[in-house]
Amino acid sequence: MKRALTLAAGLVALAATPATAQNVAITNATVATGDGSDPVEGATVVVRGGKVVAAGAGVAVPAGVQVLDGSGTWVTPGLFATVTNLGLWDVGAVRESNDIRAGGSPFSAALDVAPVVNPASQHILIHRAAGITRAAVSGAASGSIFAGQGAIIDLGSDAQAVTRPRAFQVVELGEGGARLAGGSRASAQALFRNALLEAGEFERNGTITSPGGGRGITRQGDDIGIDRRMARTARDRASDVLLTRFDAAALVPVARGEQPLYVMVERAADIRSALALKQEFPRLDMVLVGASEGWLVAREIAAAGVPVIADGLDDLPQGFDQLASTQSNIGRMVKAGVKVAINAAAMENPRNLNQYAGNLVALTRIPGADGLSWGQAFAAISSVPAAISGMAGKAGVLAPGAMGDLVIWDGDPLEVGSMPVKVFIDGVEQPLDNHQSRLKERYRDLDESDLPKAYDW
Amino acid sequence: MLRSDCIGGFMKEHVSLACAAALAVAGCSTTGGSDGVASASAKDWDAPVGADGNAPFPSTYTPYPGRPTALVGATVYDGTGGRIDNGTVLFRDGKVVAIGDASLSTEGYDLIDGSGKFVTPGIIDIHSHLGDYPTPSVAAHSDGNEATKPMTPEVWAEHSVWPQDPGFTRALANGGITALQILPGSANLTGGRSVTLKNVAARTVQGMKFPGAPYGMKMACGENPKRVYGGKGRTPSTRMGNFAVNRQMWLDAQAYDGKKRDLGKETLKGVLDGEILIHNHCYRADEMALVMDMAKEMGYKVTAFHHAVEAYKIGDLLRENDVCSAIWADWYGFKMEAYDGILENAAFLRQAGACVVVHSDDANGIQRLNQEAAKAQAAGRRVGIDIPDAEVIGWITLNAAKAMGIDEMTGSLEPGKMADVVLWNDDPLSVYARPEKVWIDGALMYDAMDRKRRPVSDFELGQPGEGDVK
Repeated sequence: MKRALTLAAGLVALAATPATAQNVAITNATVATGDGSDPVEGATVVVRGGKVVAAGAGVAVPAGVQVLDGSGTWVTPGLFATVTNLGLWDVGAVRESNDIRAGGSPFSAALDVAPVVNPASQHILIHRAAGITRAAVSGAASGSIFAGQGAIIDLGSDAQAVTRPRAFQVVELGEGGARLAGGSRASAQALFRNALLEAGEFERNGTITSPGGGRGITRQGDDIGIDRRMARTARDRASDVLLTRFDAAALVPVARGEQPLYVMVERAADIRSALALKQEFPRLDMVLVGASEGWLVAREIAAAGVPVIADGLDDLPQGFDQLASTQSNIGRMVKAGVKVAINAAAMENPRNLNQYAGNLVALTRIPGADGLSWGQAFAAISSVPAAISGMAGKAGVLAPGAMGDLVIWDGDPLEVGSMPVKVFIDGVEQPLDNHQSRLKERYRDLDESDLPKAYDW
Repeated sequence: MLRSDCIGGFMKEHVSLACAAALAVAGCSTTGGSDGVASASAKDWDAPVGADGNAPFPSTYTPYPGRPTALVGATVYDGTGGRIDNGTVLFRDGKVVAIGDASLSTEGYDLIDGSGKFVTPGIIDIHSHLGDYPTPSVAAHSDGNEATKPMTPEVWAEHSVWPQDPGFTRALANGGITALQILPGSANLTGGRSVTLKNVAARTVQGMKFPGAPYGMKMACGENPKRVYGGKGRTPSTRMGNFAVNRQMWLDAQAYDGKKRDLGKETLKGVLDGEILIHNHCYRADEMALVMDMAKEMGYKVTAFHHAVEAYKIGDLLRENDVCSAIWADWYGFKMEAYDGILENAAFLRQAGACVVVHSDDANGIQRLNQEAAKAQAAGRRVGIDIPDAEVIGWITLNAAKAMGIDEMTGSLEPGKMADVVLWNDDPLSVYARPEKVWIDGALMYDAMDRKRRPVSDFELGQPGEGDVK
């Protein structure tokens, strides 16, 4: 009997999942738009033609739109997870299923995850069911300080996950970069600067070899200056080519400032050094990732106009580059005017994003701690990461014209235990089934009186 | 992030050098215990006996001074499943004196108004590597796995614990952790003895040792031992090899006559005598079933399976064998044997009448065990299994204490028990709650309202962020 009911429910679920965008209005819900404002009770959200038409209190429901009573639920934009490796692996420790690292590859910056992301990955299915509708995806730096080019994906149930390939490049500086660069931060800095110079030269000349000669020192006061061949204006660099042509070409849009560069650093001093690179390479469109000690240099980060994808709750001296880490890091940076998203990579799984955001709200009640308001915290997992990902106003927000990504929750989405009831991406209601939900259904009881569990599906 | 660093994480992968480099062992440990206070079996082999009867390396912990305190007006979860609204909790001289409603007399006690707040027993983590994988996570601190042979019952986790691990302080202030079991890692089939600590800062590990707590012994099934030793071309390299090595170990232990001291055999004999509790890292349901039968064959008991992500598949067997499952709320997928992790694990176990403990295995997760328990509770609610809040608190207090063999002393708010108490500023099953005050044996060891009433590790003195709220 139980099996028959389960099957029937499954059929209904399938039938209720059209593949095309729905015109739908959710009424009487608590609505958070993701723009940093506080949630509004008794509000309405209208989605038509795959886009948000309106959201808020007093919104009229247009004719011809299916109406869902949202009483008792919360409606928000879909969560935007950055940075993740969704779609790049099946089982972490099963190497053959894991495309996150490529330490043996001859390439680094040229590595491009866009053709690799598997839209049928269980992790995409599971995170869709947790209310994440879009994500930034990248591999991890392994053979070089450059991790390669990340992509923006949606988590929709269709064959096309990547919505924006080559959306950003990732480089590890600081402690992690030092190890990858051969052992020291100085080596990481040299590798980085050399790579950008080579990329610039590749852009100008179509090659990265050039005649030697032209020694000379650029002095600054009493300091021993930098050899001109190490300065970005030098036209006569030695032929010590380190980048492959593929990698150099991949870094050209970074050097031009057309592709954001995600710089992974933790220590305050490393953050300052990263920001200083913007003076040498002013076109760099930099985003800091990690930044556990960001609060110590928050004003400098704000002044540089560099956004941060920050670890949300790190508060341990995990390494000597994170001695000052504190859960108040994000609150303090936001207070200083920095644009901060919560880093989805600094938690067990990206589906913990809303829990982490909720914890930042909790901090506002602890003397001496700095947290975020509810609206700010929600924005840090929706509109802010979307904006950092180049989708300001389009994703992570319920605003007219934004993509029709919305989640109906069974409670406050920042509260532990709240889960989506329905998820829409581009106005299309999404299936929420996955390996875990099927196991849940099978093991709802342990009854094998008729047949083994293997027949319960 | 110890475990996630080992495997799947993108950004933080590089950080945990110790874990990643040493073994890439996910789910680094396992232990559990049940009832009965055990000592180190010293009496059987004439080992030196310490002041508390445990031998050697006795606990030197003594409670710090406290005030007679009455917490009034709060919602009280007593750890046994009881809930009192507008409750009163009285403690003095390190012990719980009484717990009841507003009619309890508070005369002679310092009053603390708990209106709108919540009181629970001190939170207990049955599975931690604080101290043996301390931060900073540098290779020099990688002291959790004696991964040089598959059976090391002779090692004791307490000899690896660095009491200056800053993680202890975070667990106290953010997690309300008052007691915790430190386990060896899971590289080995038999990883060695665990140690149970009071979460009170001390200069020595003995200063933290929980007086009278039984020892545990860590065992591990599945992928980790066979990978670590198979990778070295040694046995075991398969799951069947795991069992063969384990069974022979028990046979050899049974034959031990105690005439000549043998550290490993002393520990194993303690297990066979029921004095040392087995905490068995084990993910897969089918393997847990086999381990329970191995225990029957060899004459010992598994107290708890740790990281038991598939426990929900055999809730009936676990109930019948009286074995606890120490679990995460939502970890999954980081290794093959964790592929079938589901959010409903705790709820299904509870429905089957089996024992649930929520654990961390993680220096970050230990700061939010209350939230992990709440997630597991909510998953049950969504499938129609409603578990009262007060019972859920038991997953991180009394059930953990039972499985560590310290439930006669702590884990619930009952008269005569240690006054290990947390005052929360909100419902601890809410993400918005944080500990406001934490007492251990009646001494106020953390106070969110007093910036100096928080421990700061030696390591952090004179460094950026010293004494910060963290």
